[in-house]
Parts: sequence; structure tokens; C-alpha cells
Amino acid sequence: MIPASHYLILSALLVTIGVIGVLTRRNILIIFMSIELILNAANINLIAFSRQLQDVIGQVFAVFVITVAAAEAAIGLGIVIALFRNRETINADEIDLLKG
Amino acid sequence: MEQLIFYSLAGATVLFGMLVVIARNPVHSAIFLIGALMCIAGLYLQMGAEFVGGVQILVYVGGVMVLFLFVIMLVNVRTAERVRQLSPEWKTALLLAGALSVELVYLVLKGPGVFATAAPEAIPALQGNTQNVGAALYTKYLLPFEIASVLLLVAMIGAVALARSRMD
Amino acid sequence: MAEAGIALIKIAVVLGFVLNLAALLTWAERKQSAVIQDRIGANRASVFGLRLFGLFHIAADALKMLTKEDHVPQTAEKFIHGAAPFISFFFALMGFAVIPFGDVLRVGGREIPLRILDLNIGILFIFAAIALEIYGSVLAGWSSGSHYATLGGMRGSVQMFSYEIAWGVSLLGIFMVYDSLDLNRVVLRQGDLLWGVLPKWGIVTQPLGFLLFLAAGMAITKRVPFDLPEGESEIIGYFVEYSGMKFGLFFLTDFVLTILISALLATLFFGGYQLPYLEPDGFRFPWGATWSLDHYTVVFLQFVALVLKIVFFCWLLLAVRWTYPRFRYDQLMDLGWKVLFPLAVANVILTGLVLTLIE
Repeated sequence: MIPASHYLILSALLVTIGVIGVLTRRNILIIFMSIELILNAANINLIAFSRQLQDVIGQVFAVFVITVAAAEAAIGLGIVIALFRNRETINADEIDLLKG
Repeated sequence: MEQLIFYSLAGATVLFGMLVVIARNPVHSAIFLIGALMCIAGLYLQMGAEFVGGVQILVYVGGVMVLFLFVIMLVNVRTAERVRQLSPEWKTALLLAGALSVELVYLVLKGPGVFATAAPEAIPALQGNTQNVGAALYTKYLLPFEIASVLLLVAMIGAVALARSRMD
Repeated sequence: MAEAGIALIKIAVVLGFVLNLAALLTWAERKQSAVIQDRIGANRASVFGLRLFGLFHIAADALKMLTKEDHVPQTAEKFIHGAAPFISFFFALMGFAVIPFGDVLRVGGREIPLRILDLNIGILFIFAAIALEIYGSVLAGWSSGSHYATLGGMRGSVQMFSYEIAWGVSLLGIFMVYDSLDLNRVVLRQGDLLWGVLPKWGIVTQPLGFLLFLAAGMAITKRVPFDLPEGESEIIGYFVEYSGMKFGLFFLTDFVLTILISALLATLFFGGYQLPYLEPDGFRFPWGATWSLDHYTVVFLQFVALVLKIVFFCWLLLAVRWTYPRFRYDQLMDLGWKVLFPLAVANVILTGLVLTLIE
């Protein structure tokens, strides 16, 4: 039986990797994928605690997180396509229309 | 055996996660992310959450990631590999991420006091996992479930409106 | 140790069956198309003058594929290009792990469940395997470094994606009626009799679901009339840059998927390994006659029944493949999203209504 703290450490590692990806990369698509990593880290926690507390609620929430992630990906990728069509770039730091 | 499976899956997950962030080519990133997601699904199975594991593969790997690959190919920027990869503020970003990781490690190490992280005595029954999740979804969590479906509908309409080409 | 041995034997039986049937299908397709088009078909390969209806063509084809030059284009991503056919093939085969080919076999006080994996999520496993199978074609298209191949891969991903949804939803009715995702439980419950005579097979309880699943399943196999991702002769598809056995693997994957769809059709809609009126201790006809059989005979008869059902559906899918012309791309999308999917949802609602009324 693996103690829950192991899963927590794994999830902490994944969150950190995801945050590094979001903050340092320029490519929007890779930023997106890093966000997916963070969401998955949260899911690992939910499932680990669901097992820990012998309660199915954690799994129900994980299903909701996956739902939200799917919605987020659909919208996000729609925005990427719209952006690419208008600005011909997918680099986050070149999209600075609000700078005036 | 259980330890071996956990450590190899966890190790692979972290490795794939790092490769996602490091890879220069977005397609490679996506492939590494698929690997990470599959390892995470394996971890779910190991924790007895068969249904979530199945949904993870089905929705994430089979749906979301195909969409990612599709969009990457659509905005196929062959030059993406050759340009600068890091955003201008990457040093600050690394510093912040470092601070975050220190914080997280501190939390987990303090863990036993904050959360109950000792191993539970009984292993949850694998049988009927799908039924359990389904029962919870359709009774106690019916309202969130319906809201999630509305969210998906809104997302669908939004994605269609965003991505369609100007026809008018 | 014995457990591992039994598992290996089961895997060997299933793999042996699937791969041999897939090889036979390559021959059957040529012969069947020949019959349909009033030709003679493959009959040239002969060993010492022995032709055997062209059956040696299977071996000849395999030899040809294996000895051909394995050409990798210069612009290709070498590793992914090499891995893609194996991804396709591997995940297509993985789907067979949860298909039951019998209930339990009792040998020497040991009960052996006759399926490779006993999973609570059952059919979700097959969905997951098919979902992963898409990557083979997408990555093959992308890694070839050719625009035609990439376009083929994109067509493939969109088609699989669209039809998988209708495919999955068309099965919901089955799981509502039989109350389980576990394929073996679904098969066991199909052994019941309706009004004492009619076997309670999926085709009886879910006729619309069957048609939808058949149509969407054909799209999943990526063969005519849904072969837009491949379209070898005209629009060329994702495996245009492949040669030798790697091409052969893509080719075989289509047949393996055909067998998988046939196996699912047999399992979910035609009672799987169930024979009408065959109980674990022999035949028990509704008019009172009985014919008792021993355990091994029953298990064997059930296995043969499943094999015959699978072969029948393979034949049906091949016949469709040689009868209908290819869809246009907009027709394909219209059929998936505007016909199959709404009908599948209607089927779910209808099933729910009927189930509530019966209760």
C-alpha cells in the first residue's frame, strides 16, 4: 500500500513542472499543455484522497475536473486558431494588442 | 510489486512532464504529454479508480490530445523549432516556480500534521467502482453534473464561434 | 505461476485467432471482391502446382512485404515514423483483451474465466484502445513530412473523432438494458429468454442501436465507404510514405479493426458466445425437450458459436466494402453528426422511457 504522501509529492512535482512550463515558454500550445499537467496533478491529489478517505467523492470531482479541462481545451484551441488566423503567430509574448 | 509499479509510473510521469516543458517541437510536447497522461491513468487504476482511469484515457488522451495534435498541425509552424523558446521573463518565472516548489515540499513534509497521510487499513473494494461513481454523480451531485453539461454546451458553442472562418 | 501460464495461454489463443483471421481476411477480401465483380481473383501463387483457391497468396504477400525495401523519406521524423504503425497495430489488438470467448472453464477444481482481462469498466477499455489507435494514423501522417500524408492523417483524426462519439452513444442503450459495462455480464444476461422463447439478444432489444453501431463501426475501420483517410487510389492518405512491412501493418490494422468490430457486434448484439437454449448443462428447448451435454462440450460449442458469429460479421463488413462507393467528405461529416449522433441520442431516450414504463 503506497501512502498518500507519495502521491502528494508526485502531484507537487507535476504542479511545479507545469508552472515552470506556463511561465517560461513562449509557444501558446505548450503553455496549454503545461496547464493540462497542472490539472492532472490536482486530479492525482483528488484520487489519492478519495482512496485515503474511502470515499468516492474525490473521483466524482476528478470527473468534473476532466470535464472542465475538456471544455477549456476546446475554447483555448479555438482561441489559438482565431489568433493564428489574425496574427500569424502562436508566441505568447508577441500577442500584445492591449499595449496600445 | 505495488511499489515497483508505483515508482516506475510516477517516475515516468515526472520524466514525461519535464519533457513536455523542455521539448522544442509542439508535436513532441504533445506526444510526451500523452505519455504522461497514460502513466497517470495507470496510477488511477492502481488506486482502484478504474472509472476515472478509463475516462482519463478516453477523454484526455482520446479526445483532448487528438484535438491538440489537430490544432498543432493546423497552425503547423515548421519554424517553431528554430525561434527563441523562452519568454523574456524566464528568470523571474524560474525564481517564482522555485519558491512554489519550496512551499509545496514544506507542506508535504509537514503533511502528517496537516492531512491524514498515513496508509489506510483497508483497500477499497474494486468491485462496482463504476456503479459507485455513477450513483454519486446522479444523486448527490446531480446539480453540478447538470452545470457541467451546460458548461460543455457553452464551450462547444464558444469554440465553434471562435474557430469558424469569417463567412459573412 | 500457474496463473501467469493460464493468462499467457489465453493471450496466445486470442492473438492466434485474431491474427490468423486477419491474414485470412486479406485473402477473403480479394476472393470475395472477385466473386462480387464476376472475376476469378487471386489464384496465381502456387506451390508445386497446388493452388488451393489462392490461399498461398497470404504467404506470398507476407514474404513480399517483408523483403521489400523499407524506405523512410528524408523529411520524416525517423522515430515517430517508425513507431506509428506499431502504435496503430498494438492498440487495435489491445481491444480484444476484454472480449469474453466463454464463461468459465472448470479444469481440475480451477475456475478459469475465458477472457484475458476482467475489468469493471469493460467496454470503456475498448473505447480507450480505439481512441489510442487514432494516434497511429495521425502520427504517421504528420511524421512523414509530406503534405498529402499530413492531410490524410488530419482527415483520419477528424473522422475517427466524430464517429467515436456516435459509436459510443449508440451503445448506451445496450448498457441500460443489460445493466452493466462488463462485457461478460452483458453476454450472460443475453442468455435469458424473452417470453420464454426468444433469446434476449441485443438485436432484439436494441435494433436501432445495432444499425447505428454497425454504421459507426464501419467508419472506425477506415474502409470503404469510409476510407477517406486512406483513399489509396485517388486522394492518398496517411500511409503514402510507408513501404514494406510498415505499410503491411497499417493494412493489417484495418483487418484487425474489422474483426474487433465484428467481435463487438457479436458480443453485444448477437449474444456473444451464447447459443439459443444452451444452458451450462446442455440444451433446454422451450418445448420441453432437453439434451444434456458435459461441461467441455458446452464450452467448446459456445466458443465455436462466437467464432462463427465473428466470421459472419467479417463477411458482412467485407461485402459492404465491395458494394458501396466512397462518401464525399461533407456527406461523411453530415452522416456522423446530423444522422447517427441524434439518432443515437434518441435511442438512449427511447430506451430509458421503455425501461421506466416496464418497471
